[in-house]
Amino acid sequence: MSSSHNDGAQVAGRGAGGFNRWLNKRFPLDKMLREHITEYYASKNLNWWSVFGSLALVVLVIQIVSGIFLTMSYKPAAADAFASVEYIMRDVNWGWLIRYMHSTGASMFFVVVYVHMFRGMMYGSYKNPRELLWIFGMFIYLALAAEAFFGYLLPWGQMSYWGAQVIVSLFGAIPVVGESLVEWIRGDFFISDITLNRFFALHVIAIPLVLVGLVVVHILALHEVGSNNPDGVEIKEKKGPDGVPLDGVAFHPYHTAKDLVAFVAFAIVFAAIVFYAPEMGGYFLEHANFEAADPLKTPEHIAPVWYFTPFYAILRAVPDKLGGVILMGAAMILLFFLPWLDRSPVKSIRYRGWMFKLALAVFVVSFFVLGFLGTRPATGVYTTLARVFAVLYFAFFLLMPLYTKWDKTKPVPERVVYHD
Amino acid sequence: MSQDLDLSRRHFLGVATAVTGGVGAVMAAIPFLASWKPSARAQALGAPVEVDIGKLEPGALLKVEWRGKPVWILRRTDPMLEGVRESDPECRDPDSEQPQQPEYARNEYRSIKPEYLVVVGSCTHLGCSPVDRFEVGSLGPEWYGGFYCPCHGSKFDLAGRVFKGVPAPLNLLVPPHRYLSDTTILIGSDSGVA
Repeated sequence: MSSSHNDGAQVAGRGAGGFNRWLNKRFPLDKMLREHITEYYASKNLNWWSVFGSLALVVLVIQIVSGIFLTMSYKPAAADAFASVEYIMRDVNWGWLIRYMHSTGASMFFVVVYVHMFRGMMYGSYKNPRELLWIFGMFIYLALAAEAFFGYLLPWGQMSYWGAQVIVSLFGAIPVVGESLVEWIRGDFFISDITLNRFFALHVIAIPLVLVGLVVVHILALHEVGSNNPDGVEIKEKKGPDGVPLDGVAFHPYHTAKDLVAFVAFAIVFAAIVFYAPEMGGYFLEHANFEAADPLKTPEHIAPVWYFTPFYAILRAVPDKLGGVILMGAAMILLFFLPWLDRSPVKSIRYRGWMFKLALAVFVVSFFVLGFLGTRPATGVYTTLARVFAVLYFAFFLLMPLYTKWDKTKPVPERVVYHD
Repeated sequence: MSQDLDLSRRHFLGVATAVTGGVGAVMAAIPFLASWKPSARAQALGAPVEVDIGKLEPGALLKVEWRGKPVWILRRTDPMLEGVRESDPECRDPDSEQPQQPEYARNEYRSIKPEYLVVVGSCTHLGCSPVDRFEVGSLGPEWYGGFYCPCHGSKFDLAGRVFKGVPAPLNLLVPPHRYLSDTTILIGSDSGVA
């Protein structure tokens, strides 16, 4: 493998003359491929946790392609929306497949992104010098949440309608301007045709543009600072005479080969859901949404789709409207501050003490329990549990400066190590 | 042209250009932001509605639509009105001090005529539509009949007053309304000619 940086088009297996030469004089294709693919060095000890970034990109592509084809048959009007989704499901050739890919893709996007974020927390990937990388990632998460929320209104089912009603009303909790803000968002005195039309615009063009832009920025920032690894060792600090990190291997073909295996495994799971359980027992597609929106009748039980339920459980746990909204927002926003809340001298969980491990475990358990509680009615023991676990959830963040400082850490090796 | 750069002049011009451009950008944003406000058609469709209450039985609830929201008209019986009085200690705002009603409905029964309750049937928590639970005692010993929100468990009495210890912060909204005759109510307007 030569890493000669001459200005010619010297990429393995590709000719240096003819068309390639002509092209690369006019567009830096080979230069970009080298910088981001064949000469981007990531640590050789990356494990399976680190495939979820690539998987997120794969899901983004699935969502964009299936989404484009859905817009060709969908009608963003209150009178037609519900029927047009049924039309896609029954009459459009392969429409059911495209739509189930899109609805499954939405949930799988969150699965992949949540695992990706957990990996970052486990290995301290948000710590210096990757703070901005983490923050761009958090903005991607917020954009994704907005995208999912706007998209969920489009089928114009009962849950679409009342879910939007509940979430838009959250802004009404803001003192003084709240009510006019809600009216401005809806463009009407209730969730109506007007609201649906604008949510459609936001869902198919505005937010996707932002999302793609943020993904580009996220990857550029990643390639500037370099990927973290399970040891939390900065591989750039130990370079060979050729300037390549000693512990680094090229993203392509080494990491791409592994990512490809992960993609195949992911595709199997994805296809199994699309073909055998697209509704996922009401968790991916909620049963109440098979009934057209009725502004005069609230369903007996309103729950958001599973990926929002942890935050929804926090919202309901607070017996005060504004307080609930603030805490729910804080539950998301606090993640932005992880780089500065964490005072530990080491990055990876491998070299941290029991306090961080316990705290992370409590956080994960709280997230799952809150997620479950958010799907249940807010009554009696469920409310009490939601309060307990909301406190634990926040404790993870608010006590972090203390326990990461007190925690006993193990010495971090100079180079990455293998654990058999 | 002088060889010496006047840096402060250059800085001033840079800032002035940025500020002018910024003001222009803000002004250009106004039409786009304002386009999100309810359109003329939306406002027209939000016009007042006339409701005939002549056939409403005592104790019965009539639901009509105004601005896409359910408006309830409940013809309360004497025991129901007594239930409202009994519920006083359970209520967060028993005297309707929060501006959730026009001045003419700021009284014990939150209505123009005690017999008829007119409220917007959307929960002040997050806008779900509560369901009626008129049977006394059906939601505990201190329950004299009222409305229960299935979303997050908020409770309201038969005057739409919110209970203590539930997520909803405010009493149900009494919309502007007036009696056109003994059996006709105009919802959405309380003055002038509709």
